[in-house]
Amino acid sequence: MNWIVNNTDQIGQLLVAHLGLAFLPVILSFVISIPIGWLANRFRLSRGVILTICGLLYAIPSLPLLIVLPIFTGQGIRTSTNLIVGLTIYGIALMVRSTADGLASVDPDIKQSATAMGYSGTSQFWRVELPLAGPVLLAGIRVVSVSTVSLTTVGAVLGIQSLGLLFTDGLQRGIQAEVWTGIVLTIVVALVFDLVIVQIGRLLMPWTRVTKASRRVRKTIATEEVTA
Amino acid sequence: MNLFADGLAWIFDPAHYGGQDGLDTRSLQHIGISLLVLAISSVIAIPLGYAIGHTGRGRAAVIAISGGVRALPTLGLLVVIGLIVGIGLTAPVIALVVLAVPSILAGAYSGFESVDRRTIDAARAVGMTEWQILFKVEVPLGLPLLIGGLRSASLQVIATATLADYVGAGGLGHFIFLGLKTNDYSQMLAGSVFVVLLALLSELIFGLLQRLVVPAGVTAGKSSHVRRRPVRSQAASG
Repeated sequence: MNWIVNNTDQIGQLLVAHLGLAFLPVILSFVISIPIGWLANRFRLSRGVILTICGLLYAIPSLPLLIVLPIFTGQGIRTSTNLIVGLTIYGIALMVRSTADGLASVDPDIKQSATAMGYSGTSQFWRVELPLAGPVLLAGIRVVSVSTVSLTTVGAVLGIQSLGLLFTDGLQRGIQAEVWTGIVLTIVVALVFDLVIVQIGRLLMPWTRVTKASRRVRKTIATEEVTA
Repeated sequence: MNLFADGLAWIFDPAHYGGQDGLDTRSLQHIGISLLVLAISSVIAIPLGYAIGHTGRGRAAVIAISGGVRALPTLGLLVVIGLIVGIGLTAPVIALVVLAVPSILAGAYSGFESVDRRTIDAARAVGMTEWQILFKVEVPLGLPLLIGGLRSASLQVIATATLADYVGAGGLGHFIFLGLKTNDYSQMLAGSVFVVLLALLSELIFGLLQRLVVPAGVTAGKSSHVRRRPVRSQAASG
């Protein structure tokens, strides 16, 4: 406890750095995954190819990815950009599947009705399919957010400022309190991100508050949460 | 691409094989740690997951645990256990088991969950005992999803075992950490490439296994194949 009191400044700095690093990848992966997820859902062939690539990307362990990435990006290993790009890649790898699953969960009858009412392809996507896929997207981005916040700490091994530095520093100096502080704060940040995302989801999708959401969508979300 | 060429040269340099610090020795160490962890976790998680799946009790707990563990920073877990039990193999093994158990648990449980209740009722109706239902119906039908759980556990274990050398446990992380300390990019890259290859190999093996274990005559192995709604909505069918 003493350690925390004596080091609040440093903890605060690392916390802010951590928020800054984790925030961007979550947003980026959500936005980038929409067109890719659409493409994955649109054609049978592209679905297989894209989802396989995403599966493989997600299979690459985080530390090795951060070391291999500079070859492609030209950024230094120890830069924030390197970490942000790496985390975004993981985010996309997870989120594309959710986006594709979400779009696939929209009832075909509803799509037919939308077409019958005169929606063009584009406006049908933005105004009918995407909002109805919303709950599945929400479930997906929650998973992305939690894993991004926790993965951000790995950057500390390379010397990138984040809460993970409390782990590396704590190990070197043998201070357990420091490491526990890092673990607890990381989980708290993950929870806060999660709460914010859920709130945004409630605001954007007021209809989901009425818990008569289609069973089909709910089931997709449930399997998504267990298998993701 | 010069960096990459240097890394490849490092990998193909015969001097980096054999002996305690050879790429081959470290790879075997890495695989050894991963298999050990998978074995321990399976012994813990499979019976528990089956019990939950068969009785349907404690489902909420499984979902909460598998979600919660995702928030747990693996590096922190590794370090804190390292500080408690000391540097060596024990700390990473405990940390990795903690990480692997939820995936396997979720796989075992959702495998049972994916079995159509009507199939189980039918099994009971033809006079199978509970144990027969368990081993002749639920286990074979749930196997693909169980393997899926093992697959993601294995992936996570191989990835995190890279960090294990941080607390002195060896494995392929050795090259990464040594490379980081001495600013030897080729060495880091070589270690990284090997870890990535191991991870992809594990995906390949478990992916094939997942297909092979689908019982003959069953196509509905994955949860996505489980019928989600009646053919026609209730209102239409009366």
